[in-house]
Amino acid sequence: MQAFLQGHKLSAQKPASFNSQRKEKKSREKPIPWVEKYRPKKVDDVVEQNEVCAVLRESMQTSDLPNLLLYGPPGTGKTSTILAAARQLFGEFIKERVLELNASDDRGISVIRTKVKNFAQLKASNIRPDGKPCPPFKIIILDEADAMTNAAQAALRRTMEKETRTTRFCLICNYVSKIIEPITSRCTKFRFIPLHEEKIIERLKFIAEQEKFNIEDEALKSIVETSNGDLRKAITTLQSCYRLKCGSDIKHSQVTLLDVFEMSGIVPDSYLEEFIKVVKSKELQALENFIDAFTYEAYSLSQFFDQLSIKIIMDETITNNQKAIILDKLGESSFRLSTGGSEYLQLIDFGTICIIAFSKQN
Amino acid sequence: MSLWVDKYRPRELSKLDYHKEQAADLKRLCEQQDFPHLMFFGPSGSGKKTRIQCMLRELYGTSAERLRNETMTFTTPSNKKVDIMTVSSNYHIELNPSDAGIYDRVIITDIIKQIAQTANIDSGSERDFKVIVLTEIDDLTKDAQHALRRTMEKYVATCRIILCVNSTSRVIPAIKSRCLGIRVSAPSIEEIVAILHKICRKENLTLPNELALNIAKTSDRNLRRAILMLEAAKVQKYPFTSNQQVPDVDWKIFLHETANVIMREQTPANLEKIRDRLYELLSHGIPSDIIFRELVKILTTKCDSEVKSQIYGYASLYEHRMLSGNKPIYHLEAFVAQFMSIYKKYLNDITMDFDDD
Repeated sequence: MQAFLQGHKLSAQKPASFNSQRKEKKSREKPIPWVEKYRPKKVDDVVEQNEVCAVLRESMQTSDLPNLLLYGPPGTGKTSTILAAARQLFGEFIKERVLELNASDDRGISVIRTKVKNFAQLKASNIRPDGKPCPPFKIIILDEADAMTNAAQAALRRTMEKETRTTRFCLICNYVSKIIEPITSRCTKFRFIPLHEEKIIERLKFIAEQEKFNIEDEALKSIVETSNGDLRKAITTLQSCYRLKCGSDIKHSQVTLLDVFEMSGIVPDSYLEEFIKVVKSKELQALENFIDAFTYEAYSLSQFFDQLSIKIIMDETITNNQKAIILDKLGESSFRLSTGGSEYLQLIDFGTICIIAFSKQN
Repeated sequence: MSLWVDKYRPRELSKLDYHKEQAADLKRLCEQQDFPHLMFFGPSGSGKKTRIQCMLRELYGTSAERLRNETMTFTTPSNKKVDIMTVSSNYHIELNPSDAGIYDRVIITDIIKQIAQTANIDSGSERDFKVIVLTEIDDLTKDAQHALRRTMEKYVATCRIILCVNSTSRVIPAIKSRCLGIRVSAPSIEEIVAILHKICRKENLTLPNELALNIAKTSDRNLRRAILMLEAAKVQKYPFTSNQQVPDVDWKIFLHETANVIMREQTPANLEKIRDRLYELLSHGIPSDIIFRELVKILTTKCDSEVKSQIYGYASLYEHRMLSGNKPIYHLEAFVAQFMSIYKKYLNDITMDFDDD
């Protein structure tokens, strides 16, 4: 009887609520960027990173999760992996069981002492409110942990050990060297590797298929090249191209190579070649003219330096000595640039050093 | 009566005078439902702000032009009150967080949370997000930029952020990868000339082509400066003559004189005079990096290529130090002193050569 009633209730209510929910979701889903939309929902969906996934899968079955420290370059799926795992473990009760803190939240020593500690001390039962079993612990995710102060990290040490019965910590960072030793020794470390090109292409193709538009193979390839194994960047570039260039009209339903160039902010090769030609000519005046013209075009100089370094290394006509001088200066200039130097002066300084390097014989 | 710069600022994307293809792209972007975070970058006077305003109008209609000034107060963790001027309409808010100096991080997190948490009640309106325009992001501390990255993702449902920067090199890659970058390159000389002619036609003035070309050239391809110059020239002398002197900006003339003083004499006594002149410039609110760059440009045109390469080396060194420190005068002076010593040595070498002969 009860079962019947329940069943009846379900069948009577579900369609209505389901519909309204869906409607609401649809209107809210629209503005979600693809990066969020195509975030892996399950650990199995995570691209590559087999090691971590294997451990997580294992620990999900035995509901025994170690403290984790995930590190690796941006866009390799660190946050996605742990969020997917948490979702699988706790389902829709993820809000109650997971505390996510990142660099935008205040994360000084006081927060660690109060917020984290209080959350850690709450006891978690091994049954979810809906009756399904789940592991008896909560997860605290500290995203961008390398931006935490050393004092805050130190405050974390004892908390991590004391609360192991109820809480697991998961630290995520780009540089493991910025995490203090006592913390790293308390965690299982996993390094996330940059994704391989084929995997990124596969994923992008999947997204393009889902969103129903075409993309040139060449364009796809250049997106992957500019992303340097950063899947998030690749997806954002893809979406930017799509948004900006392909409207609702069918005329522009294909993303082309040129669009990608424009969107990803790559400096066209002609500028690089001209720069090398100018410095090889050893004319300071020509260099000044080139730099004036270049700065008006508003290309990113850091991007220019990145591309130039590859080009110079690959150039066979430049001797090793010259390369050494130029690349040494390149490093210095690009450091100064990122810490506040003005583009014009750094570039002209770099250019004059190049001229000097080329005027030296061998 | 408003300045011509404001009077003839295009208000719609379709009325922009150059980068027309890009304008069409932006328009298409506004029509779509999923609107990304944007980052406009380009040299000053290339029309970044104009484009942003046009986009806001495209998004929200004319009511986005009804602006009001407000001063917002933020409390830092150390209980210090920071005031920030904001310009806002019902749909957007514009502010320059770097005004707050080292407290910029508080501003970023507070303002975005505040705005993101109050969604538009009127769900009937087309857009269910507000826009936050942040200018001069490249001057923010690294801390504030880090604070921006996750906040941008988290509150994407209720607000979009439009960033406006001069150079992207100082923006951390994490922010760059979250935004759709829009490159606004400086208008070409011809484009500036065309715009100047257009303005004069509307003002019923006759503008000789030579003068327009002259203005465009001295403006450094900065459209705002070009239009201001045109207006200044009109006040100075009308009807225009084709060989009319284009009034350059005061501080530039002053800087030219300063450079002449440096070239004339390289002694400690003279260095003191230069210091006064530099102080004068700084106290008039000319940004130190612009003083530095212009000074280097002027000085290098006056000397030989041998000396030049050395000077560029030192210039980039001192300029970097100046921007990482917070007392520009030391570094400006250090550069001038270094220049004097290099130049003097060079002059001595030449005279020595003559003596040898």
